[in-house]
Amino acid sequence: MNLDFSPEDLAFRDEVRRFIEENYPAAVRSKQESGEELGREDFLAWHRILGARGWSAPAWPVEYGGPGWSSIQKFIFAEELARAGTVPILPFGINMVAPVIQAFGTPEQKQRFLPPTLAGEIWWCQGYSEPGAGSDLAGLSTRAVRDGDHYVVNGQKTWTTLAQFADWGFFLVRTDPAAKKQEGISFLLIDMKSPGVTVRPIITLDGAHEVNEVWLEDVRVPVENRVFEENKGWTCAKFLLAHERTGIAGVARSKRALERLRATAATEAGDDGQPLDQDPFFRRKMTELEIELMALEYTELRTLAREAQGKGPGPESSLLKIEGSVIQQRLAELALEAAGRYGAPHLKDDPPGENAPPIGPKSARGAADVYFNMRKTSIYGGSNEIQRNIIAKAVLGL
Amino acid sequence: MDFSFSEEQRLLRDSLASFLADTYSFEARRKAIATEAGWRPEIWRALAQDLGVLGAALPEELGGLGGGPVDNLVVMQALGQALVVEPYLETVVIGAGLLKRIDSPAAKAAVEQIIAGELITTLAWGEPTSRYDPADVSTTARRDGAGWRLDGRKAVVSAAPWASKLLVTARTSGARREGQGISLFLVGKDAPGVTLRDYPTVDGRRAAEITLDGVMLGADALLGQEGQALPGIEATLDEARAALCAEALGVMGEMVRQTVDYAKQRRQFGHAIADFQVLQHRMVDMFIRQEQSVSMTYMATLKLDLPPLERARAVSAAKAHVGRACTAVGQAAVQVHGGIGLTEELALSHYFKRAAMIEQALGSSDFHLRRYEMLDRSGELEAVG
Repeated sequence: MNLDFSPEDLAFRDEVRRFIEENYPAAVRSKQESGEELGREDFLAWHRILGARGWSAPAWPVEYGGPGWSSIQKFIFAEELARAGTVPILPFGINMVAPVIQAFGTPEQKQRFLPPTLAGEIWWCQGYSEPGAGSDLAGLSTRAVRDGDHYVVNGQKTWTTLAQFADWGFFLVRTDPAAKKQEGISFLLIDMKSPGVTVRPIITLDGAHEVNEVWLEDVRVPVENRVFEENKGWTCAKFLLAHERTGIAGVARSKRALERLRATAATEAGDDGQPLDQDPFFRRKMTELEIELMALEYTELRTLAREAQGKGPGPESSLLKIEGSVIQQRLAELALEAAGRYGAPHLKDDPPGENAPPIGPKSARGAADVYFNMRKTSIYGGSNEIQRNIIAKAVLGL
Repeated sequence: MDFSFSEEQRLLRDSLASFLADTYSFEARRKAIATEAGWRPEIWRALAQDLGVLGAALPEELGGLGGGPVDNLVVMQALGQALVVEPYLETVVIGAGLLKRIDSPAAKAAVEQIIAGELITTLAWGEPTSRYDPADVSTTARRDGAGWRLDGRKAVVSAAPWASKLLVTARTSGARREGQGISLFLVGKDAPGVTLRDYPTVDGRRAAEITLDGVMLGADALLGQEGQALPGIEATLDEARAALCAEALGVMGEMVRQTVDYAKQRRQFGHAIADFQVLQHRMVDMFIRQEQSVSMTYMATLKLDLPPLERARAVSAAKAHVGRACTAVGQAAVQVHGGIGLTEELALSHYFKRAAMIEQALGSSDFHLRRYEMLDRSGELEAVG
């Protein structure tokens, strides 16, 4: 047993850190710092910079253009991106649909979709959840009916993240309504510009437009855009869910959020007039959270070390998802608490006033929005209750 | 980055587990702790002589097998799993752990005797009003001719009834709670002026209140430098805290296992209670606590060799976390069992009691939360050696 990274891994870390410092787009950084909403090009700009360096798809096999990193290197890379607070590499293409195409796709599908996904030329979205199929995803009812060499798709998807920017979507659709529910599902790639596809925004409680409804009305999808066999889409979906959960712990991002919280607590006043970080009640909450985060970090490292020995992520990744999401929520909660009364003003920009000082401290800006938004983390990607069901069944044999 | 055990460590774990499976059933333990002695010297001899467990984590130059903290982890986890009462923590981790730092023939001889299973010792550091701070020492040692005279009281000294020699902290200078001025003495239990009141503890072990009343000692009873004992004691207690976390892994692991097994057998409303989601999630939460505790224990164990500040922060974070997990897992285990979980006849209740005592031992979770936090704020090295 040891906790040491090898000299090669440490050198790699320095290389990644330097690359980010030297290449992260200043324009995106400044938008992030001012809290401006990020657009499609902001995400893709960073993706393309990483792509040019051969780093946009850390987990892909070398044959498809991946860098061939060890699991430790992948971890270090993700950690450095998070540490620097970059926009994320969007997961929908690189981490979600691409591994499915690599594992189950035809040579033509690989040829057509993988290179532009790698290069950041296709923005993907995920058509999974439906109004009637959330945690019970296999209960989905979007229908695809074969018509010659096309499927005709009708139905409604929801919670489709950033679909407003998407070029393509990967959809779970029902191709055999008579079969048992997991056995009548197929996995289709749909061009979002197809006639009959309508994307409607869902505005969340923080005022953000992050998720959407996607309506499909008589959308004609060529049969060649089906991945894997007809009615075997659930196999792809399960494969993808396993990929989605890895890295979901969000340790590095939470560490960064904790640092910001500590910085805020050092400057903002607490109830006794001293800085908030001298307040024993608030300090205790920060300290407890820090220790929880430490436990999560070492659980992730243990998972990683197992992966390095060739053992894939097991149901333990459900544990990372549960604990990681709760910590992210707790951090947002404490940041809002630290904002005090300045958690209340709902501001995009300060209201006009001649040479007026800004309203409230910078750290309070958006704290409530983040708190509200982070409630999603224990719901998406398989709710924490579903994750507990997975552990109960797969680990404890209940 | 590697969290796997070496071949030697796996062998140690397996041979110890198989020995305990043969000799340390719940029934055998129950009988042993009910005897007047309250423990089984033959188990201790076997651990020393047949299995070589007592020297596994100690340096080769002192007669050990050259292992380290990870070997202590392996041993303590197995002992926790079988709810072993014999004093590996007190005598080997703490006793030999302190003595190995001291460069004297007497200390060296004592370590060799410990490895051979011939010496039981324990550290008498706590006092009736000191709570968990090892610097809070009111017991005094005054020079008397060439030797020393000790006066004071030591509280709830675990394993003292079984020991023949005591390691005693006493103040040779400085004020109460001051880091400087604490010295360490090796005291024969039969020395005039040493009085023990022995008693059982709630987790089936033995401890004593110790009175030191004009105990006269030779010059050679002082171990190490006069007044400079605290850093070594802090380092040793940190090793012991990590070891205690490892014991907790064994204890909690058993509680999770027994609870899951019970839930699959126990039927109510026409179902195994394991079918009920509300109980499933409760057991998953037990499992998560246990897994997170494994992570924290490994982390702390692997950081024991770091400089004092980092070592102490890692250990306190782990002990605070694992201590709370002990309480949470224990309470949930009893709850899922229902009434039967409260009975003396079921092993589970004994694991629960041990878990509750681990939460408090060598500093409660709050003590360690505060220590972690103080070290963060002040970076004070004196507090940790």
